[in-house]
Amino acid sequence: MLDDFLLRALLAGLMVALAAGPLGCFVIWRRMAYFGDATAHAAILGVALALGFALNLYLGIMLVALAMAMTVAALAGRGWAMDTTLGVLAHSALACGLVAVSYLPGVRVDLTSYLFGDILAVSRSDLVVIALGAGAVLALLAWRWRALLTATLSEDLAHAAGLNPARERLVLTVALAIVVAVSLKIVGALLIAAMLIIPAAAARNLARGPESMALGAVALGGLSVWGGLQLSLAQDTPSGPSIVVVAAGLFLLTTLGRFARQNRSTR
Amino acid sequence: MSLISTDHLAVRLGGREVLHHVDLCIDAGEIVTIVGPNGSGKSTLLRALLGVVAPSKGRITRKPGLRIGYVPQRLHIDPTMPMPVARFLSLPDRQSPARMVEVLARVGVPDVARQDMTTLSGGQFQRVLLARALLSRPDILILDEATAGLDQPGTAAFYRLIEDVRRELGCAVLSVSHDLHVVMSASDRVICLNGHICCSGAPHVVRAAPEYRALFGHGTGGALALYQHDHDHDHDHGDHAHAG
Repeated sequence: MLDDFLLRALLAGLMVALAAGPLGCFVIWRRMAYFGDATAHAAILGVALALGFALNLYLGIMLVALAMAMTVAALAGRGWAMDTTLGVLAHSALACGLVAVSYLPGVRVDLTSYLFGDILAVSRSDLVVIALGAGAVLALLAWRWRALLTATLSEDLAHAAGLNPARERLVLTVALAIVVAVSLKIVGALLIAAMLIIPAAAARNLARGPESMALGAVALGGLSVWGGLQLSLAQDTPSGPSIVVVAAGLFLLTTLGRFARQNRSTR
Repeated sequence: MSLISTDHLAVRLGGREVLHHVDLCIDAGEIVTIVGPNGSGKSTLLRALLGVVAPSKGRITRKPGLRIGYVPQRLHIDPTMPMPVARFLSLPDRQSPARMVEVLARVGVPDVARQDMTTLSGGQFQRVLLARALLSRPDILILDEATAGLDQPGTAAFYRLIEDVRRELGCAVLSVSHDLHVVMSASDRVICLNGHICCSGAPHVVRAAPEYRALFGHGTGGALALYQHDHDHDHDHGDHAHAG
């Protein structure tokens, strides 16, 4: 039976999966996996700033995540080595966040809940914020879908068609910051990238087109949330990591299935 | 009014002036080919015309509402992205299945619509790129070394197809190519580029121009000589001053 808190947890997780699925596909297609990580790690700094300046938590996270994503995008555009830049920025932001939190006077912060998420503690107002965030991301992606796909395939093709690839990159950057902000409570800063990448990577094994891959990522992400919550309840395991464990299991299954299919067709 | 024209165009890339003083205009329906050695700024010129790189000096004027069909040199599709041919043709604008079938047949690959792009051969891939460019009913086709991966018969067949398509659609064609012999015979006008426009005009005029010979007379070695007729041979083996 679904208790109330469990229903809230499930709803929150499903909404995050709904937004993270298609966005995660772009993260994979554009090889931005580490980019997602960096943005997520910066979220801890956002938490510290929000608590320090008594800002809304989601707003603080989103601002810092957005600043981080924009900085990375700007540096990459200037020809900096992407992996080094991200390595420096991501871990610096995480470390600065952790240090900053320790300075906060009189605030007892449960860091683990931000690092690993605590989906079972999702409140009604959290649900509203997550719904708004996920809705905004989905609307943004649906609106720009064709332009995003074209710009992802080739920036030159996009230019020739009169599109502006820089604008499409910005759309993805903003969407990423929103997803990070709303999913921090669900899976935590360390595992947000997993929610973006693993369901989408699993869906690649099944999909024949970009749209079916995005839908597959949503379905597999949703399944991971549901399965992870069941696992967490049955075994008393931490909820965020449990969701990721189930997602990883689905990735393994679909990958094995793909190998089996390929073997059969070549034989 | 010309489809695209440039006025004293200059482009800097990484602090180096790759193009300078380029004045060029492409009129409706003409086939213009840009030739030039490696590093002469051919691709940069195309990218500037497409709007990918901004001019550092001068201006590019496009006819308002100009539709460009662009065929890149090659297109790397990340293996993480499943992309059937039919889906690819509908980017960025949705195309009706009937028109896709028609255009795929026109470019000579009628049966590939359901295949994934990564399963196509080099020749099929370039033809699908051309089909996608044609679907937008372009005023001008821009081809950047569109036959780079093809063998000689494939290249010749591809350019014959371009000529046919141009006749049917009446679109202009601007291409960059190394395949001088094929391209030059099919062009209305050839532009010889080496950072700036060295010479331009009808193919036989350009072929006879000293600037062109300075660039291509000996430098390309056997590849070009193979396709030149005897009377085209340049027997001057002296050092060539920079032309222009």
